[in-house]
Amino acid sequence: MIYINAFLVTIAMLLGDGLKVGDQAMDFNLKNVDGQMVSLSGNQDVNGYILVFTCNTCPYSVAYEDRIIELHEKYAARGYPVVAVQPNNTQRSPGDSFEQMQKRAQEKGFPFPYLMDETQEITKTYGATNTPHVYVLNRESGDKFVIKYIGAIDNNSRDAAAADQHYVEDAVDSLIKGNSVKTTKTKAIGCTIKWAS
Amino acid sequence: MKSFSVIFLVCLISMGFEVFPPSVKVVKFDALEELMNRDSEKIEVINFWATWCKPCIKELPFFQELHRSKSKEVNVTLISLDFADALDKRVVPFVEKRGITTEVLLLDEVDYNSWIDKVDPSWSGAIPATLIINHKTGQRRFLERELKEGELEQIINELI
Repeated sequence: MIYINAFLVTIAMLLGDGLKVGDQAMDFNLKNVDGQMVSLSGNQDVNGYILVFTCNTCPYSVAYEDRIIELHEKYAARGYPVVAVQPNNTQRSPGDSFEQMQKRAQEKGFPFPYLMDETQEITKTYGATNTPHVYVLNRESGDKFVIKYIGAIDNNSRDAAAADQHYVEDAVDSLIKGNSVKTTKTKAIGCTIKWAS
Repeated sequence: MKSFSVIFLVCLISMGFEVFPPSVKVVKFDALEELMNRDSEKIEVINFWATWCKPCIKELPFFQELHRSKSKEVNVTLISLDFADALDKRVVPFVEKRGITTEVLLLDEVDYNSWIDKVDPSWSGAIPATLIINHKTGQRRFLERELKEGELEQIINELI
């Protein structure tokens, strides 16, 4: 089964269009700003994750920082913590270096892990294209997590108070209630991920 | 004396037109929709960018050059996705400083999910992105990436 999954993930990577809603989430083992390695399977207490591809340098990511913190504060205790992954190549985007990530995490007091995807393999596999890009994952059985939502946090990047669609909250609320997620995919303007050249 | 002031005023206005580039207009999605669907002989080139987007800024000179050299065959529009409150502080000064004479519109529509697919279903929302349309044949090219020098001309030649 593991081999089949690894095979499917490889196929998804070759096709270059990434994982879809309904696909099994690929686990990873990435370095957090505190130096510890973090993986999806490392936390047996959670029911899922709010996986956010985000960075220091994108104005949309910065505009959403407080909302990402709020998501974690609201949902970590209910079994769906935030895990943030920094997807940019640091040579192309020096402001997203590991040291700069540590600095930003400290300044903002990120209550969630902020991981560096140094090889960009995880970002490519998931098919994240811009920042911030959210994947809501739900534990189906054992260490198997399934993608239930891909897209934006809400429908107003400029002003949190003016948003009247809260896509990620709605998705996680549905999962907590054991319901299916209504809106499973949304799009938003964001900064292109800076791939290694 | 009266005619002198009129001449002075005319001079002032004409100077103004020469010195200042077209001001950046803030628009809603319907304006973009009109651009995409209008009846025109010219090839429509619509570039999505923002002042904070480095790869976008890098390719802006290609669009400015296209506008300068091929304005008879091509209509170029730069759609800024900066927030509307950055208009006076960032967008207008940027356009003036760079001497951009291509038309710049600021699209004030932050409910992105409501319109991204209408530009192109394949668009993830990342910028830079460029849409090229031949209104006469209905052919469209959508590119969600940074363009290389000469690439824009090549695509336009393919569509003409």
